[in-house]
Amino acid sequence: MAHHEHTHTEAHGNGEKHSFDTKAIWRTFWILLVITCIELIIGMFIAPHYHSMKLMFNILYIIFTGAKAFYIIAEFMHLRHEIKNMIMTIAVPALLFVWFIAAFLWDGNSYKNLRNTYDPHHKEATSTPVEKKAAHGEHGAEAKPEAVH
Amino acid sequence: MAQAVPANQKWWGGGRSPFNVEYGKLMMWYFLMSDAFTFGAFLIAYGTVRFSSNGWPDPNVVFSSFPGMGHAHMPLVFVSVMTFILIMSSVTMVLAVGAGHSNDRKSVLKWLGWTIVGGAAFLGCQAWEWTHLYHQGAWWGMNPFVNADGTEASTNFTNFFFTITGFHGFHVFSGVIINIIMFIMTYKGVFDRRGHYLMIEKAGLYWHFVDLVWVFVFTCFYLF
Repeated sequence: MAHHEHTHTEAHGNGEKHSFDTKAIWRTFWILLVITCIELIIGMFIAPHYHSMKLMFNILYIIFTGAKAFYIIAEFMHLRHEIKNMIMTIAVPALLFVWFIAAFLWDGNSYKNLRNTYDPHHKEATSTPVEKKAAHGEHGAEAKPEAVH
Repeated sequence: MAQAVPANQKWWGGGRSPFNVEYGKLMMWYFLMSDAFTFGAFLIAYGTVRFSSNGWPDPNVVFSSFPGMGHAHMPLVFVSVMTFILIMSSVTMVLAVGAGHSNDRKSVLKWLGWTIVGGAAFLGCQAWEWTHLYHQGAWWGMNPFVNADGTEASTNFTNFFFTITGFHGFHVFSGVIINIIMFIMTYKGVFDRRGHYLMIEKAGLYWHFVDLVWVFVFTCFYLF
């Protein structure tokens, strides 16, 4: 594969080098399917029994999601096989997401803590189970008038 | 592995595409980048609000219905069917692109057809899910579900759910429309006369992007 003088720009038509790798596509499909199944098995059967380990499961989901995203972009969207300069124009801006996610989630968490510290009414209102409020005769779902439509 | 390029290749010397891709395809990539930031903004806003809340509904309780199964508790089963449909339709789309590389009109039509079927099936599933949730009393501005810890939930959950899955569903819908147009153009032999099927590749990029976004929507709403 040392010489690829032909540019894609002309046309794929003459198709000498682009015999499409169908095998790689099906391999990617199986990888995506297996990862999704593992996620679902964890989400349905394992995670509900271990509430204290929620954070660990979430980290696991993030790793799996990242892996699936990588395979879709690299193989299905064919980005892995493009020129490195082009890959970089996509990958480098996308890295901004790491900062966005970290900064905004941190901010949300900080807002929650500040509010719980300085607004005791809010804290009480959001940490009292509905059952106790429903003691006045109202019943679960009907507690919200606008829910009856 | 990036494409191998001869060391003395002068990419920026003019006369050729420096990124070795067709202009329209490159621009499709940059459009998808901007679309990714739109979806990213939605999902990050959702994450921020969820992090700032003391409680949040449990997806295993909210998404536990399956068509025709009444009140049977089947958490996440229906959404896994939807996920499978979308992954599958992504595969048929790549096969259509692959057939386009060898100018095989019949195969392009076959695989594009299956991709359209997959997209329509996904939209049908989403329509059922939305209708079901609506009949449970969930919509923008109303949330019948309680938080996982039994406290009363705000409407943030349903607002974000319907906005983000709706925005994604709209992308699926436009993807299906684009694929139908590609199908008609292929059928009429437009790409054969043009000599290449690059247009199918651009539609393919868009379709895979829709699948890619679903991967994140799936994790953020149904798993976390």
